[in-house]
Amino acid sequence: MKKSVLLGTLTLAGLAGVAQAATLDDVRGRDALNCGVNPGLTGFAAPDASGKWQGFDVDFCRAVAAATLGDPEKVNYIPLSGETRFTALAAGEVDVLARNSTWTYSRDTDLNLDFPAVNYYDGQGFLVPRALGVTSAKELDGATVCIQTGTTTELNLADFFRVNGITYEPVPIANDAEGRQQYLAGACDTYTTDASGLASVRTTFETPDDHIILPEIISKEPLGPAVRHGDNDWADIVRWTFNALVAAEELGVTSANVAEMAAAPTENPEINRLLGTEGEFGAMMGLEPQWAVQAIQAGGNYGEIFERNLGEATPIGLARGLNAQWTQGGLLYTPPFR
Amino acid sequence: MSDLDAQTIAYARDTMLPPAPPPRREAGAVRWVRENLFSGPLNIILTLLALWLLWAALRDVLPWAFRGIWRADSVSECRTIRNELYGEGVSAACWGVIRSRWQQLVFGFYPSSELWRPPLALIVFLLAILPVLFANLPRRLLWLAPAAPFAIVWLLWGGPIWGPVAAALGFVLAWVVWKALASRGLLVAFLGALVVSVLYWAFLARPLAAALTSILPLGLTPVRSADFGGFTLSIVIGLSGISLSLPLGVLLALARRSEMFIISKIAVIYIEVIRGVPLIVWLLVAQVLLNYFLPRGTNFDILLRVIIMVTLFAAAYIAEVIRGGLAALPRGQYEAADALGLGYWQAMQLIVLPQALKISIPGIVNSFIGLFKDTTLVSIISLFDPMRMSSTIRATTEWGGIYWELYIFVAAVFFVFCFAMSRYSIWLEQRLERSHR
Amino acid sequence: MTIAAEPPRRAFRPGQLLYDTRYRGITIQVVALILLVALIAFLVRNLVVNLHALGKDFDFGFLGNRAGYDIGQTLIPYTNNDSHARAALVGILNTLLVAGLGCVTATVLGVLAGVLRLSKNWIVSRLMTVYVEAFRNVPLLLWIVLVYAVLSEATPAPTAFRGEDAEASKLFGLIAFTNRGTYIPSLVWGEGASTLGVVLVLSILAALVWRAFARRRQEATGQPLPVLWVSLALLVLPFALTFLLLGAPLTLDVPTIRETGIARFNGGINVLNSLVALWIALALYTGAFIAEIVRGGILAVSRGQSEAAFALGLRPGRTMRLVILPQALRVIIPPLISQYLNLTKNSSLAVAVGYADVRATLGGVTMNQTGRELESILLLGLFYLVVSLIISGVMNIYNRRIALKER
Repeated sequence: MKKSVLLGTLTLAGLAGVAQAATLDDVRGRDALNCGVNPGLTGFAAPDASGKWQGFDVDFCRAVAAATLGDPEKVNYIPLSGETRFTALAAGEVDVLARNSTWTYSRDTDLNLDFPAVNYYDGQGFLVPRALGVTSAKELDGATVCIQTGTTTELNLADFFRVNGITYEPVPIANDAEGRQQYLAGACDTYTTDASGLASVRTTFETPDDHIILPEIISKEPLGPAVRHGDNDWADIVRWTFNALVAAEELGVTSANVAEMAAAPTENPEINRLLGTEGEFGAMMGLEPQWAVQAIQAGGNYGEIFERNLGEATPIGLARGLNAQWTQGGLLYTPPFR
Repeated sequence: MSDLDAQTIAYARDTMLPPAPPPRREAGAVRWVRENLFSGPLNIILTLLALWLLWAALRDVLPWAFRGIWRADSVSECRTIRNELYGEGVSAACWGVIRSRWQQLVFGFYPSSELWRPPLALIVFLLAILPVLFANLPRRLLWLAPAAPFAIVWLLWGGPIWGPVAAALGFVLAWVVWKALASRGLLVAFLGALVVSVLYWAFLARPLAAALTSILPLGLTPVRSADFGGFTLSIVIGLSGISLSLPLGVLLALARRSEMFIISKIAVIYIEVIRGVPLIVWLLVAQVLLNYFLPRGTNFDILLRVIIMVTLFAAAYIAEVIRGGLAALPRGQYEAADALGLGYWQAMQLIVLPQALKISIPGIVNSFIGLFKDTTLVSIISLFDPMRMSSTIRATTEWGGIYWELYIFVAAVFFVFCFAMSRYSIWLEQRLERSHR
Repeated sequence: MTIAAEPPRRAFRPGQLLYDTRYRGITIQVVALILLVALIAFLVRNLVVNLHALGKDFDFGFLGNRAGYDIGQTLIPYTNNDSHARAALVGILNTLLVAGLGCVTATVLGVLAGVLRLSKNWIVSRLMTVYVEAFRNVPLLLWIVLVYAVLSEATPAPTAFRGEDAEASKLFGLIAFTNRGTYIPSLVWGEGASTLGVVLVLSILAALVWRAFARRRQEATGQPLPVLWVSLALLVLPFALTFLLLGAPLTLDVPTIRETGIARFNGGINVLNSLVALWIALALYTGAFIAEIVRGGILAVSRGQSEAAFALGLRPGRTMRLVILPQALRVIIPPLISQYLNLTKNSSLAVAVGYADVRATLGGVTMNQTGRELESILLLGLFYLVVSLIISGVMNIYNRRIALKER
């Protein structure tokens, strides 16, 4: 009995190795991209009043769907909690996980994920009421801290307080909405999560000016889309879709002018290669020549996506900061399309 | 009246007094209050305590609720209106969130143009089970019941009508084969029906549906499972869980009472393991582990997985309810069936199960109430049930920081549903009790 | 005279396996067993294939790794340097803690509400009906979140306890209710505290012995002895005497507010609001079900029983204690125990308020940080299964005991 199971396993395992790849084929066969998103984080991914998903991560899903299927609407958004997101990805429930997940060593290696790109450079910060009279995170000795469970922030927090030799009491909370509620009710002295999230939380307060975000950023949180380890072709598609959005901003290609620029070759060969008017760049990934055009048309270049969902004109009001182009002093630095 | 009387008795009444009203403190409201509320020191204390409790609970809540602001599209708008009406710092509910988001709380992301479908599906379901719930309705209505599941699935998920029709044809086919082979013995008929219908579903159903669709494209807009949410999701999970688990539960209950050692032990282990572990862990299994146990590449949507898990879960509870029903039947019924020379399945089908199921209906309704309440647990695995939907609404910029209003609305709807069902179950129990005498 | 002829012996035919009731049972069982084994083999094979394809193995070694996260409420010492196994143990103890507290409170509440619902006092019985129906018909998850929200809003912040004329004050100067949690004094064992413990154990034993003696005496002579008062005296007097003689070896560490820096209490034990909310919600919810069980149990004892007891001259108190309760308990206890089981399982909803029960540590953070969902969920399921088997084992023993007494 046991022998036969083992034997069957071995043969099947051989087959499975072959059948492993080709997420792209799955996506095409389904004619929809399964995209894992946050079930509700304003600015990154949240359904609006009509049930349409909106946000920074959502726009990335749309760009990938546009690049692979030609239609940004062909996305199944699959909301995933912090605790189950990686499992869902590993089990094949989603093709790409765009759920503001931090790229870490153990996730990349031990959890068998790949992080093809970093689409938002974040860091963990602290939100405190002005009345607390604290101006630095190091003064938080003995504080009660609201923290979302199942995230890297939990570990960063433990490390930060240990390193600085101060103590705290964690108040674990299930999700962002709960965290906001507990913080406002005064159940904790400070709420800690990614600085972008803190900014988004603060905007919904009755009196945002009574609360400050402390200057310390206690961790590096490179957030990015994740894919399963082992399907390099698919990882390439995700990586270069993102790079195309960044390159488009750098090269001045926007959703408004992309159709015009793609109609005929321009003076700039890199734009031509990006938009498929020169060379066979789409075919190298098994995509149509116009893949990048479609991705940019879906929601604009990186800058447009950022400004629409998180930028200073939105209630969240984040500055580009680290997420500016390298020419503007930021970290966005896409490899050349060559 | 004799002389003697006249001499010995000083006074005798010879007319009746008119009836007088009882003393004021022994009548009407005063008496009621005295007897019911202040009949002794303990009672007085209890009454005062209860009154204080009521006052403490309602003192702040009622004004808050009645000051509620309905016409607002965001929390900040609510605050402005409140400041205008009552001044700053006065607590007032912001019911505007319910007015602007009720559709999501009830239907989730179900397309706005198709909102008539879920309620219609519910009505179809109720019509189908009405003859079961109320015994005095004509039995003929039961003929609707077999068609209902297909109609409901079609109404909820949409798509061409021919899919459900083709699937239903499989059952018709199985029934025809069963009837044709019935004379050759139960086993042959059962296997025949099984093989024919499975073959039909595997090879014929899909092409047939496709062909019919191309001839006569009749159908509804398809709706994805991911768009189900709010109370629609709770009801879909609850009702499908209970209905699908019923046959499984009956089989499990029979197996548990079976004299065959292995069969009964399998049933016992299944029931105890399922009941021993909380539903939330089973939901985790559905979300996280099910894919590990299925052939590689199998992937079906999370709603279906949850329904399957909930069905397996509810089956164990239903099995225990029905086991109770089976045990409550007098032994004489079983013996009478044996004496008539009925086989096991005949005895079960004709004598035991109809009676046992009838006794079990209140228990089944109670299990359903429990299951319906437990559907809120799917919020923990990120399905958009009313609880998760409230969280999502709370996370938006317009409605950030609002929660009492949402919680109260969700609680009130759950209460109405569950309370109505529990009243029904009590009514049924009383009627059963009467009919037993 | 032998009329009964032997039935004709015929050779065994394969058809008998299906049609002969003597053999059919065996056939069905064998088929069922084969199907079951096939199903398990199918699942296990899929599992092995899938694990291999994902590059995972089945290994519990992760339990020994550093956990790295903090837990707010622990019964045993724990820091983020401890292992995942210890974090799981903390979770298990937390689950058992809230389940134990919940069961006791739910019983008290349930019995009270069940009895009061039968009260003649209109307001009280209506109020209890409202309580029972409200809690039975609204999901527990909702109640947990609601209670948590009420707790965080209705209690003062720790800063309110500061200063000479603080806005809030501690209950009896000992217990502080805040929106973070309830701070209660902790016991400090000083010199000679062990003697005190020994004295306490001895006096409990003495009280038990006295009770047994009094009962035997009553059975023999018919004369009742005062059990309650003597037991109380036996319990309190020696303890108090030793306490004074040893010079108060047992002291309370009362939580005091820190006047500078971030407001927090020093000393004492902090019972987090998540625990309190979960505890109250579980107790109220289960209490509503227990109330119905208690009411049903009391109503199930026929009126004739109490009338007969009165006719024998028993006073109402003794009627209740000697006649009604023993009979009602027989109806009440089995469903009561299954309510305890439900409460324990329902405590897994702790995740809604972030209480670190076993589902939140082992089945939450640990699972998420290590990616060992198969192992974690297996252990989690096993834990709940063992607990529920123990509880239903107790129930079976009880059922057998009352079944024996039936005549």
